Amino acid sequence: MDLWRWIGVPTLICMIATLLFAAPIRVFGLQLPEPVFPMAPAFAWGVLRPSAAAPFALLGMGLFLDLVWGSPTGLWSLALIAAYVTVLFSRNMMTGQSRSMMWTWFAAACAVAMVTAYVATCLDAGVAPSLVSTLWQLAPTMLLYPFAHRLIERFEDADIRFR
Amino acid sequence: MSYRDGHFQDLKVPLTWTVAVAVVVAAVIAIALLISDRRETFRASAYSAARAVADAVNMPMGEVMAAPGRMAGQAGDYLKDYFFAASENRRLRQEVADLKRLRDDDVALRNINERYKALLGFRTDPPVPMVAARVVLDARGPFSDTRLADVGKEHGVEIGNPVMSDRGLIGRVVGVTRGASRILLLTDVASRVPVLIDRTNARAILTGDASSAPKLEYLRGQNPVRNGDRILTSGDGGLAPRGLPVGTAVKGFDGAWRVQLDADETSIDFVRIMLFTDFAKLVDQKELSAISLPPGPAANGRPQAVTMAAPGAPPSASPAPAANPVAPAKPSPRRALSPKTASPPPSAASVSADAPPPQGPAP
Repeated sequence: MDLWRWIGVPTLICMIATLLFAAPIRVFGLQLPEPVFPMAPAFAWGVLRPSAAAPFALLGMGLFLDLVWGSPTGLWSLALIAAYVTVLFSRNMMTGQSRSMMWTWFAAACAVAMVTAYVATCLDAGVAPSLVSTLWQLAPTMLLYPFAHRLIERFEDADIRFR
Repeated sequence: MSYRDGHFQDLKVPLTWTVAVAVVVAAVIAIALLISDRRETFRASAYSAARAVADAVNMPMGEVMAAPGRMAGQAGDYLKDYFFAASENRRLRQEVADLKRLRDDDVALRNINERYKALLGFRTDPPVPMVAARVVLDARGPFSDTRLADVGKEHGVEIGNPVMSDRGLIGRVVGVTRGASRILLLTDVASRVPVLIDRTNARAILTGDASSAPKLEYLRGQNPVRNGDRILTSGDGGLAPRGLPVGTAVKGFDGAWRVQLDADETSIDFVRIMLFTDFAKLVDQKELSAISLPPGPAANGRPQAVTMAAPGAPPSASPAPAANPVAPAKPSPRRALSPKTASPPPSAASVSADAPPPQGPAP
């Protein structure tokens, strides 16, 4: 098992998915949702095994999101790292939990990322973003848990103690 | 590289500590970047090289990824046109009839307007050239609401240029590179645009908050706005030309006045970037900064205006030409500073610089 398959490939997939969903495509007049795809690896990396490479991969993915979406540089890096740290601290409580319970934990991690980005935006712009708009991004992000679950299932028994 | 097989296999550092250090370093970098970011300013230097490069790379990628959706949309439009041609024709006939009436009204109003402008010697902003662009990337989250358009520096686009859809103002350019421009929408949390209420001429600041209807803040006066009032750009601060349509005032659920944007009526796929330069930047700054002194007593007793040129400019002592209140005067930035134009024009019109000075109070 190499670092590329554990960190690199999920990062690349998230970047492509983000670009795809940022395309100005309308289906029956409705815009596509805009989930935060890097939340899936952020959760899986935190649950499975701590790694020194993961925070920097999240930093890079956050910067990529900021560049594509035009948000303040560092905003999504901070939000993803906050979610990763939360998962790291609570991973002992997640051990052996059912799939639905893990989904709840994933939703909580997504909420932590959103709250971090919300507070950072309030401080940076001096305006509180609309809560409805925030929930519109949080809801589709919570639905990404199957991807995080797939990543955990795939690498659960592998040797992924990277430095 | 695996932990066991690596070159550092003999290095015994607890993994928890390694991860903790990595997390802290990454978080510090993220916070430092966030604090140093100033994407909403008008300074070109605030738009980092990384953003410019990313926009230039994202533009062709966005075009490729949007192509299937665009082609599907065109196919849908083709089918709709085919099946609904008759009803569309009826609707267009009605629209043409309405527009003919509006055109006649427009001709009459334009004529009166030009006449008033000529009478007042009113100086209007010069016409603003525009460049059409297509949106290739579309970010619409709560923390950023921007678009990437496929025209850039090579078309003369600059940071701060206002952007319109076919219905009204949608935002302004906050970043530009070769081949791409980043547009900050009015709904973004960093967006602030000075506007006026058409009915009362009251001023306000349109503040984005990631909702579909931005807030009207800093409203002045008693009841300056009512439901359904038209909101236009005020032109204050030189951000955008005065009078661009923005939207309609509505009362929000939170009790704040908000603006239902005109641009919401259609999708933002094609935009027009106004190559607008602030009116104040078009005038000769050297001439504008020349200091005009009040008229002093001359040897023949006639008042004489003395103009001190700005440092570096050639000296000039010629008096400013007398203002004619009826004929449209050639506009000059110095007119506003001249003591002659400061006096009430109609009564002072008969007293030219060549007339003898007043002899004293009338009996």
